[in-house]
Amino acid sequence: MSSAATRTSQPPAETPSPIDPQAVTDTPPAADSPSAPAVPAGPAGLRAAVDYADYRLVPARRPWRWVGTVLVALGVAAVVWSLATNPRWEWGVVAQWFTAKSVVNGLVETLKLTAISGALGFILGFILALMRLSASPLLVSVSWTFSWIFRSTPLLVQMLLWYNLGYLYEKISLGLPFTDIRFFEAQTTTLISQFAAAVLGLTLNQAAYSAEIIRGGILSVDQGQVEAASALGIPAWRRSTRIVLPQAMRAILPTAFNEIIGLVKGTSIVYVLAYSELFYTVQVIYNRTQQVLPLLLVATLWYVVITSVLSVFQYYIERHYSKGAVRTLPLTPLQKARKFFATHAPVNTTGRK
Amino acid sequence: MSTTLEAPAATRGLVEITKVRKFFGPTEVLKGISLTVEPGGVAVIVGPSGSGKSTLLRTINHLEKVDGGFIAIDGQLVGYRVKGNKLHELPERDILKQRTEIGMVFQNFNLFPHLTALENVAEAPVVAQGRSKSEARERGLELLDRVGLRDRADAYPRQLSGGQQQRVAIARALALDPKILLFDEPTSALDPELVNEVLDVIRELAKSGTTLVIVTHEMGFARDVADTVVFMDQGQIVEQGKPQDIFTNPREVRTRSFFSKVIEPAFNI
Repeated sequence: MSSAATRTSQPPAETPSPIDPQAVTDTPPAADSPSAPAVPAGPAGLRAAVDYADYRLVPARRPWRWVGTVLVALGVAAVVWSLATNPRWEWGVVAQWFTAKSVVNGLVETLKLTAISGALGFILGFILALMRLSASPLLVSVSWTFSWIFRSTPLLVQMLLWYNLGYLYEKISLGLPFTDIRFFEAQTTTLISQFAAAVLGLTLNQAAYSAEIIRGGILSVDQGQVEAASALGIPAWRRSTRIVLPQAMRAILPTAFNEIIGLVKGTSIVYVLAYSELFYTVQVIYNRTQQVLPLLLVATLWYVVITSVLSVFQYYIERHYSKGAVRTLPLTPLQKARKFFATHAPVNTTGRK
Repeated sequence: MSTTLEAPAATRGLVEITKVRKFFGPTEVLKGISLTVEPGGVAVIVGPSGSGKSTLLRTINHLEKVDGGFIAIDGQLVGYRVKGNKLHELPERDILKQRTEIGMVFQNFNLFPHLTALENVAEAPVVAQGRSKSEARERGLELLDRVGLRDRADAYPRQLSGGQQQRVAIARALALDPKILLFDEPTSALDPELVNEVLDVIRELAKSGTTLVIVTHEMGFARDVADTVVFMDQGQIVEQGKPQDIFTNPREVRTRSFFSKVIEPAFNI
C-alpha cells in the first residue's frame, strides 16, 4: 500500500481528507489496469487519491479450514459407509417394523403422553412461577417446596409411587374437611390407571422444572417494562400476559424446547408401568423376536423424527417472538434457499456486496 | 372527552405535594418536600444527581409510595382515600385509574420492544380506558402525527433512533389524555444531536394547558419552558422561583455553585 503511505506521510494542503473517499472521487483513477495499483511518481502521485471501486476483491485464503473440512467429510463418509454395509444393523428388520401397526400405536401413545403432560406441566409451571414471584411468603414457600421435592426425587420413584397410591390411600374422596359430607368418592386403584399415573408423574415433574424456566424468563425482562405498564394504568394480569410474557418468551423458549424434547424421550420411563408407549412396545417385540438392536433402532429413529419436527417448530416460534428484538428478522431456511436458487450465487451473510 | 391539548383548559392538573418524605432503607431521600404546581403550569426540577428529583417525580404517580406527607391531584389524594380520620390505601385498581390521569415519560423510554410504535401508543387506551380498538388506533396515529412520526407507526422501537423512541413514548403518555405529564430526564439517554427534537415536542406541550413536571439537566430548555424552576439538593428543595430570577440571581450559595458548574459559558442570554 505504497500509495496510502505516500499520502499520509505528506498530506498536501488542498487535498481533502484522505479518509473521506467521497471527496476524492473526482480524481481520475491512477492507472489503466485496475489489477495493478501503481501510483505515478512525482507531485501528481501525491494527489493520486485512489478510488478502489474498480478493484477486484480477493478473499483471504484459509487453507486449514479446507484441511478440516476434508477430514470431517472423510469421517462422515466412513460412518455412513459402515452403517450402510454392516449387515448386523439389519436394516431390513428395521424397515419391516418401522411402520408396523403396534409400533405406530406405541408412537401415538408417546405423543399423547408428551402433549398432555407437556401442556399441563407448563401451565402448572407458569402458576408456580407466578407464586414464586409473588409477595406472599406462603405462596413463595409452597412453590419453592414443590420444586424442591419434585426435582430431588427420581422420576422413576415418583412414577411407581403414583401407580401404587392405592396402597397408601385406599379411597380418594372430595368433600368438606372434618365433616361427613362427600361430593365424590372412588377406589384409588380404579381412579389411577397406568395412563393416569404416567400423566400425573410426568406432569408434576415437568411443572417443577418448567416453573424455574419460566421464572428465569420473567426475571430477564427489564423492570422498567412493568413500571411503564403500571404508569399507563395497565392492569396486573394484562401486564403479565401482554407486556412481560411475550418478552420473557425469548429467554424461555430455547430451554423450554430442551425440556419438551427431553420429555419425549422421558416418556420411555413409563415402561415401568407396563404402559404400551413406543419404548415399551419395541421391548415387547424384541423379547419375542430377539432382534434387539434393530428394534431399538426403530424406536430411536422415531424419537429422532419427533425431535426434528419439534426443532422446526422451535425455530419458527422463536423467530415469531424475536419480533421487535432484532432490527430485521433473519431469513428462514426456506427464504435462504429461494434466494440461493433465484440468484444462483452463494448467499453472502457478511452483508458485503 | 375533550382534547385539552389543542384547547388549553388549564382548570385541571393542580399538583399539591405536602411534606413528602421517603426512605430507601435507612437513607432519607426526600426530607419533607412541599411543592405546588398550578393547573397548566410547567415546573422544572433541577439539581445534582442523587438529590431526589426522580424519586419525587415517581411519588406523584405512586410508583414510589411515600413514607410521610401526601400528594394530591386536583384535591384528590394519590394512592389513598380519606374515610373519617383515617387514610385507606387504595386497591391496585383505583391506583391504576388514578395513573391514567398522570402520564409519565422515562429516561430510557421503556417502550414495549415487541410492539410497534402504534401498538405502544394504542395499548393503554384500550385496556385502561375501555376505548374501542379502532378509536385508539386512530387517536394513536393522530398523536404520532403530532410528534412527527406518523410514517413510522409500524416500526418497532429498536428500528427507531433514540429521539424517535422518546417521541413515541411521549405520544404513548398523551394517549390517555392525562391532566399531568411527568418527564424523568427525558433527554439524558439521547445523543446530543437528538436532544432538540424531543425538547421541541415538550415545548409544544407546555403551551397546551397540560400540567408538566420535568426533571432535566438541560438548563437552556428549563429557562425557556418553565414557569417555576425548583432546585433540589440532598432531598430538599433549596430554592424555587421564576426561571429569570433563579438562573440570573440565585439567592442560595448551593444553587449558585450548582449553576456555575452546569451552565456552559456560552449560555448568557
